[in-house]
Amino acid sequence: MTTEILMPALSPTMEEGTLAKWLVKEGDTVSAGDILAEIETDKATMEFEAVEEGTISKILVSEGSEGIKVNSPIAILADDGENISKLEVSDVSKEKPVADTNNSESKLKTSIIEAISEPEWTDATQVSQQTVREALRDAMAEEMRRDEKVFLMGEEVAEYQGAYKVSQGLLEEFGSKRVIDTPITEHGFAGIATGASFAGLRPIVEFMTFNFAMQAIDQIVNSAAKTLYMSGGQMGAPMVFRGPNGAAARVGAQHSQDYTSWYAHIPGLKVAAPYSASDAKGLLKSAVRDDNPVIFLENEILYGRSFDVPDIEDYIVPFGKARIWRKGTDITIVSFGIGMQYALNAAEELAAQGIEAEVLDLRTIRPIDYETIIQSVSKTNRCITVEEGFPVASIGNHLSAYVMENAFDYLDAPIINCTGKDVPMPYAANLEKLALVTTEEVISAAKKVCYR
Amino acid sequence: MTSRKVSKKTNVNTQELLSFYKDMLLIRRFEEKAGQLYGMGLIGGFCHLYIGQEAVVVGLEASAEEGDKRITSYRDHGHMLACGMDPKGVMAELTGRKGGYSKGKGGSMHMFSKEKNFFGGHGIVGAQVPLGAGLAFADKYLENDRVTFTYFGDGAANQGQVYETFNMASLWKLPVIFVIENNQYAMGTSQLRSTSTPDIYTRGAGFDIPGEAVDGMDVLSVKAAGDKAVKHCRAGKGPYILEIKTYRYRGHSMSDPAKYRTREEVQKMREERDAIENIRSILLTGKHASEDELKSIDKEIKTIVNESAEFAKASPEPELNELYTNIYA
Repeated sequence: MTTEILMPALSPTMEEGTLAKWLVKEGDTVSAGDILAEIETDKATMEFEAVEEGTISKILVSEGSEGIKVNSPIAILADDGENISKLEVSDVSKEKPVADTNNSESKLKTSIIEAISEPEWTDATQVSQQTVREALRDAMAEEMRRDEKVFLMGEEVAEYQGAYKVSQGLLEEFGSKRVIDTPITEHGFAGIATGASFAGLRPIVEFMTFNFAMQAIDQIVNSAAKTLYMSGGQMGAPMVFRGPNGAAARVGAQHSQDYTSWYAHIPGLKVAAPYSASDAKGLLKSAVRDDNPVIFLENEILYGRSFDVPDIEDYIVPFGKARIWRKGTDITIVSFGIGMQYALNAAEELAAQGIEAEVLDLRTIRPIDYETIIQSVSKTNRCITVEEGFPVASIGNHLSAYVMENAFDYLDAPIINCTGKDVPMPYAANLEKLALVTTEEVISAAKKVCYR
Repeated sequence: MTSRKVSKKTNVNTQELLSFYKDMLLIRRFEEKAGQLYGMGLIGGFCHLYIGQEAVVVGLEASAEEGDKRITSYRDHGHMLACGMDPKGVMAELTGRKGGYSKGKGGSMHMFSKEKNFFGGHGIVGAQVPLGAGLAFADKYLENDRVTFTYFGDGAANQGQVYETFNMASLWKLPVIFVIENNQYAMGTSQLRSTSTPDIYTRGAGFDIPGEAVDGMDVLSVKAAGDKAVKHCRAGKGPYILEIKTYRYRGHSMSDPAKYRTREEVQKMREERDAIENIRSILLTGKHASEDELKSIDKEIKTIVNESAEFAKASPEPELNELYTNIYA
């Protein structure tokens, strides 16, 4: 019985090569792993090993031959008299093909996510005033009470009570096993939390700010976001990365960046950016229950702001559903997170000038509620977007493209994106104000697309 | 590397020796076959073979118990076979087919088995180290009494995240064994040219993590060290470092020009220190097995490997709709 030895491909792009040197001659006995020849490609010279044992009975291509096509025979290997075909029948039946390892995890999955819909919030609903900070804390405490696999880790989350006091009281209630102070090593603890989520825990990772999460972004993107896909659905990262995002006040370029569009870019991540306290609470509870990695973008300036929060037990806000803060007929203003304050202030001023704006709060950027945007634009025929992030590859850019592709005929004017300026954040108070998007800019953009 | 002779180890039984031989041979033959399929264009992209390092995973898996976890880098085929994953599913993933462990969507570097507690298969150098500590964190949190083997190479040992992880793993007494597979070359850069200290395990001292160097060409030494490390971790004493000095015979990946070391160096290691040959000689000289018995094991392994290759060739490519599945749970 003989086997043809074929010219190997030694790189993904190799089609032919040179047989530089034979290291065996006809009649030589070889075992698996012995080096047979040196093959030269355009990039390098590589050794080529025997895979089977046997005797080189014939060399078909002589040393120095160029342009040998991949997979063409270069030598003949004869086996040493053993009749291999007889042996190959032994014990085949034990092998089980892996095929579809149909996700045993799905049994553990709760149906909660599918069941989420925002409770009706009517005039009769009792509400209390709460800050965004308190709403976030309540959301975490409620979810930690509900599920023991939920824990919080990050810098200063425990004894210090949170760098921005978001985790106030959690250490006292849940103890140091579940509220864990980390060293200042984002890359490491983001990876540890991601690993813990692979093993079935549901970590909440607090970044003191998302500016520091750049140290950890490899773990977020390459490990947390992609593992479900790369494992064919066997395991993923049910976890939340949360913390303040974007500019605070007077903290300069390295502490003031809005990362919304960075994370929105990644399939496998979900991204939430709440504006109000009720959404902060309801979305964070959704995020903790989600079986995917969620980037939860808060804002330092909003932490202390008070909003009505409904007195509804287990108040949950689903992902992918925009909130219409104000109905209007003349123009659609789409925003999220702190951008909403400019959008709402502008809408009020515009109303005084006779322009009725419809204001949409996306609340989540992955998934995006395209349907509500298109419905609104189909009615108003005009649209602007508002965000604090940099202008290039912004969320507004993406929405503009989407609306153009899907509702072009409804548009009576080009969409304008109101964004932060294309500069690192300056420290000086007057320059910082100039760098951020302003209510005046939103008003002026709205008037421009209304041709007023 | 020490030149301790394996034959000095006495407390091993025939069964154990034979299973080491078999497991190591399976990895070697599987990898040779993978190299062959790569040559035929059936495996694409990057393919990092484990040939030469077999004693590391085989020795350590012998120390593991049911429920223990393992995670490694992109040179991962050996780890998967050693923890009992089906060679067919591994080979079919290499060929990018539906029957692969990740349905063809992960490839050589990204494979997982929830069933066997194999958590990848990671393509970013060093990233698996904090992930592995996280697996151990979960076991400690859930009070599972399990340990995690976290493998990485001498190249990854220079990554910052490794030391962030050492710090937290020691601080929180995580049951993780950091296994440094020191094959002496970080891709094409010799350890001498990339690593400030020759003995990487000594770096654990700064974090109060005990560690030791182990002869990685001797599966019995690896097993003995593994037992010690597992005992330490399971007793709740925190992490342990095993720096296993080993050697990779093949290139870093399939397209390795092999310009950074001499053929003599590789040949010398193969001839004098090969782990499989060592165990084979113990089996024969100690009269644990006859030539014929070993031959029949060789044939059995060959059959398993050939079947895995046949399966990997015959399994269809994934359905086109798989492009959009498993992005979100």
